[in-house]
Amino acid sequence: MTTAALGQWVRRFADLVAQHRDELTDLDSAIGDADHGSNMDRGMQAAVAALDENPPATSKALLSKVGMTLVSKVGGASGPLFGTLFLRVGGSLGEVAASTPQELAAALRAGLGGVVDRGKAGPGDKTMYDALAPAVDALDAALSDGADLSVALQNASQAAAAGRDATTPMQARKGRASYLGERSVGHQDPGATTVALLLEAAAGSSLGASGSGRRDT
Amino acid sequence: MKKLINDPDDVVVDALKGIEAAHPALKVDHEHRIVYRADAPHTDKVGIISGGGSGHEPLHGGFVGLGMLDAACAGEIFTSPVPDPILAATKLVDGGRGVLHVVKNYTGDVMNFEMAAELAAAETGGRIASVVTNDDVAVQDSTYTAGRRGVGVTVLLEKIAGAAAEQGRDLDAVADVARRVNANGRSMGVALTSCTVPAVGRPTFELGEGDMELGVGIHGEPGRERLPLAPAREIAAMLVEPVLADLPFRSGDAVIAFVNGLGGTPLIELYVLFHEVATILRGRRIDIARSLVGSFITSLDMAGASVTLVRADDELLSLWDAPVSTSALRWGI
Repeated sequence: MTTAALGQWVRRFADLVAQHRDELTDLDSAIGDADHGSNMDRGMQAAVAALDENPPATSKALLSKVGMTLVSKVGGASGPLFGTLFLRVGGSLGEVAASTPQELAAALRAGLGGVVDRGKAGPGDKTMYDALAPAVDALDAALSDGADLSVALQNASQAAAAGRDATTPMQARKGRASYLGERSVGHQDPGATTVALLLEAAAGSSLGASGSGRRDT
Repeated sequence: MKKLINDPDDVVVDALKGIEAAHPALKVDHEHRIVYRADAPHTDKVGIISGGGSGHEPLHGGFVGLGMLDAACAGEIFTSPVPDPILAATKLVDGGRGVLHVVKNYTGDVMNFEMAAELAAAETGGRIASVVTNDDVAVQDSTYTAGRRGVGVTVLLEKIAGAAAEQGRDLDAVADVARRVNANGRSMGVALTSCTVPAVGRPTFELGEGDMELGVGIHGEPGRERLPLAPAREIAAMLVEPVLADLPFRSGDAVIAFVNGLGGTPLIELYVLFHEVATILRGRRIDIARSLVGSFITSLDMAGASVTLVRADDELLSLWDAPVSTSALRWGI
């Protein structure tokens, strides 16, 4: 898995966010403040522009640039949360130009840890955690079973989508939606929806094109 | 939507130009949207900054000046500023004795201030303390939500902590006083109308002509319940009783009583409300040691009001009485 593939992942994520911008904003208008789609789209466009302007050579440099751009451009809670996710994944991968699938899985778990540190959310709070945690678990499980990274990322993407769908009947316990109490039930969480797009982008990118789950020894 | 604006997207930027033009004692960093004391930083005192989404004016920019804040970061309407401007403001007011961040308890505000504090600590090594206000008793299940929202106590806290900083107390002492104000303060608000965010152009929520939203948040967050509009006497009881019961305030307590307008309610109605609040407190033998009446933490054009009570000992009262000179609060000068 190369730094170039990470760049493709980021670009594909930006494309998906742009395509789903209005859907994300509609979801947010039901239980939040109706700006998630436009804010994430603005942030990801800026992130891609920053990568175009000065392509970083290492995984950490690339994902740190994406993370800091999201923190600066997205605002609200999504900026710090998605920004921290990318910063931690990049920090875990380090100043390298390529990583093993196991290192990518460990980095995503570090990213999940960053999201928890920043947002203090846990399972069932109806947040991005509910899509991200199952995805990270599915990635680990598939790689442990010896799956190729491309297959493992497909599993992770499906787990994220299932986690996203599972947020609909939940009552929000974090963020602005939590003030709605029971009225938040029946609405899909916008943050979990964006996480599902992030994993869909990973599965559809060239991240899994090279490398198997087994280390070449 | 009928608003006295140019472009809905330029409201914050244009208002900052007005603040700069009106108040020579203040400077404005337009790139970062920071209002700061023209004489910052001060080497003899702790710096205090606050900030948050715009639309709550005079909070926070109106409280920048001697005896209160050193700088305020203005986000977009109802949207937290991002870490960059908070970091810039922190550096701007740090005269070497550390900086206090006053943060209202909203998820975005807390995270962005937290990231800014981490960045500042890594970049400058300066000391930063944070105090989060969470006084809104309308949020009942705070364990199962993002917690109580920061509302009216924020105004009183910024005044009192500002006075403590002006006396030359160190960062820990200023933060302690600030936490004490928050711990002893409770608030509750009511909306008679929704607000309208300029860039949205329509009311944030629907509220019938004969209805009111009890326990509303300052961004139009839903309250405890929707009720038929009632006389001020009854509304006062609906606001004051939950506040009294929550701390709880007791007979013999001395309080700072703050009746606040949410933006669209005239001062004459706030005084009508204050009279009713005072009557209830007198009946409970709670002493109104100090009072504040006016629109100081608003929600754009929302009609409505909030009541904040802070139980105050002699120290907090003497800090409340200390000189202050800002565009929105000024006395003792």
